[in-house]
Amino acid sequence: MAKRTLPILKQLLHRRSPLISTSTRSVTYMPRPGDGAPRTVTLIPGDGIGPLVTGAVEQVMDAMHAPIYFEKFDVHGDMKTIPTQVLESIKKNKVCLKGGLNTPMGGGVSSLNVQLRKELDLYASLVNCFNVPGLPTRHENVDIVVIRENTEGEYAGLEHEVVPGVVESLKVITKFCSERIAKYAFEYAYLNNRKTVTAVHKANIMKLADGLFLESCREIASRYPSIKYNEIIVDNCCMQLVSKPEQFDVMVTPNLYGNLVANTAAGIAGGTGVMPGGNVGADHAVFEQGASAGNVGKQKIVDRKTANPVALLLSSAMMLRHLQFPSFADRLENSVKRVIMEGIYRTKDLGGTSTTQQVVDAVIAKLE
Amino acid sequence: MAPIIKKLISVTPSHLRSCIRSVTYMPRPGSHGTKSVTPITQPGTPLPVTLIPGDGIGPLVTGAVEQVISAMQAPVTFEKFEVHGNMNKIPDDVMDSIRRNKVCLKGGLITPIGGGVNSLNIALRKELDLFVSLVNCFNLPGLPTRHDKVDIVVIRENTEGEYSGLEHEVVPGVIESLKVITKFCSERIAKYAFEYAHLNDRKTVTAVHKANIMKLADGLFLESCREIAKKYPDINYNEIIVDNCCMQLVSKPEQFDVMVTPNLYGNLVANTAAGIAGGTGVMPGGNVGTEFAIFEQGASAGNVGKPKMVEKKRANPIALLLSSAMMLRHLQLPDFADRLETAVKRVIYEGKYRTKDLGGSSTTQEVTDAVISALQ
Repeated sequence: MAKRTLPILKQLLHRRSPLISTSTRSVTYMPRPGDGAPRTVTLIPGDGIGPLVTGAVEQVMDAMHAPIYFEKFDVHGDMKTIPTQVLESIKKNKVCLKGGLNTPMGGGVSSLNVQLRKELDLYASLVNCFNVPGLPTRHENVDIVVIRENTEGEYAGLEHEVVPGVVESLKVITKFCSERIAKYAFEYAYLNNRKTVTAVHKANIMKLADGLFLESCREIASRYPSIKYNEIIVDNCCMQLVSKPEQFDVMVTPNLYGNLVANTAAGIAGGTGVMPGGNVGADHAVFEQGASAGNVGKQKIVDRKTANPVALLLSSAMMLRHLQFPSFADRLENSVKRVIMEGIYRTKDLGGTSTTQQVVDAVIAKLE
Repeated sequence: MAPIIKKLISVTPSHLRSCIRSVTYMPRPGSHGTKSVTPITQPGTPLPVTLIPGDGIGPLVTGAVEQVISAMQAPVTFEKFEVHGNMNKIPDDVMDSIRRNKVCLKGGLITPIGGGVNSLNIALRKELDLFVSLVNCFNLPGLPTRHDKVDIVVIRENTEGEYSGLEHEVVPGVIESLKVITKFCSERIAKYAFEYAHLNDRKTVTAVHKANIMKLADGLFLESCREIAKKYPDINYNEIIVDNCCMQLVSKPEQFDVMVTPNLYGNLVANTAAGIAGGTGVMPGGNVGTEFAIFEQGASAGNVGKPKMVEKKRANPIALLLSSAMMLRHLQLPDFADRLETAVKRVIYEGKYRTKDLGGSSTTQEVTDAVISALQ
């Protein structure tokens, strides 16, 4: 009798996986008639590991039978500008998914990643850094959303050589851009039930520039009295991130600090291979790997096909929600989280030895 | 018999024996030359050092240093000056004193946020042309942290870059801030970094940059680093983009050794490295130029702590004590420096007297007394 009851007991105990239960969405989403029509999404595989991970997304979307239709375009980092047809496609579809574009170091072509964001005025870059259950990290209780101004600041790209050996680089901060990123941050916090918004700055040194950013944040904060607002100097912020990350919730930052804070937060929560993110503007949205989106990986990872597809898969789940297909998004996310929790299929940056394809197959197998 | 055996068994751990010196010798730029090292004064004559207690927790921690230095009977006398962050500029007598003594120890000066007075910390560094800021971040034995095997020295350019303070309002609502990178400054900071690595037996120098976006500015910085790297063929040189660097710092810090960076990245990288190795209350550091040197808390030196900490007198004096050990080496008093460092490390290892940021509940005075009694 014990022989039979033991496996049954085991099954009963294993089924309770409180962290991942597919029935979390109780109130069903009632679509408009015709919402199920397939949406077209521009897809830019990119360079390096880009094609590998976007291929993974295509496979998973296919397996889910999601009403998504991809228009693929070949763009490489060493092109001078983004081809016009690609831009037109994005303007028509309004949503794009992309892998990283390799940016050459030093003089020459300016970054196409940055160019794309400026062309489409994607002024908010969002990275969601959180502990994924089952993935051991040194820091617990991490759930940070970094909202970073994407168009101006230090990455304006305005540099010139005054005299040989002296280079000036302009950092431009405007009230217009600071206000709209602050508005987006508070709106995000409001819509996603977040409690605190923290502004990251260095206004004790850059008094006018970051001072203007802070003023805009304070103005917007006064319109959302139910959301707590505080400010932190960026160097103290870096230190707090690595010692007590649980104190941060939503962070709003100018361009450069946002880049570093997002990467640090992604690192403490499990690595840039896992964190989803995207860039959004008033009319368009481009989804890509959360932090370090311009990183196309080393040649060795490309050869061995061991790039981590989790970040882009979770970003495509964000994209599905953006397109208002929340139950597909839920299925995808649950499946990815289950794969990570079980820990059998993990790529090298998470401590495993699987290839991209193995992880993708595991995710597809876990879809219900 | 039993006490004898006990004594033999309870040998002090190797890291606490005073003959092991951790790497904290911060040379003057250019000391890697053929100049012979001559003592500054006759042995026995006390060396004068300017002391600026500063604001907030500054007076508390500099007071700790004064107590320990006098308990050791080190040949150092302090010329104290009152400077506060809300003054318009550094008073002339303070500047004269530093120029005369060449060495200064200071606590933080508070900088008001937003418009108004410029940061006096920065003004001091610019006046004296202290172009190198050095922070040594390492795991202290006995202090548990999430990251092990951290031993990073961040060498940061201190005078130009994003903190040049050149801002102006073009039209209402649009601010331009200038980041200036010059070949001259980049070369000298790269030279110092390689010189430091050479003199302290370090294997790798990593340049931190964002030259894929700021091609001209950080490109110039990288060129200078590469040129200097060629002159030191036995030191490994590599480069890393700053956002990848932040991620690597929190996942695999053991890969970094010496890091050379421009001003802003250096600030953030130093604070992150200090955070993973135990906190800014513990890491020593200083600013050095060709003629002068100012020693202060390693990372986040402008941070003067919260008023609550000041009232309860719970500031962590470890950072400034270790920085004053660096200062003693700079003054060519290595024996006193070793004694001070060993005492501090023993106190941390034993773990009884720790301030709140290290997880304990002691006051500054208790930690200071423990250090004094651990001196040999």
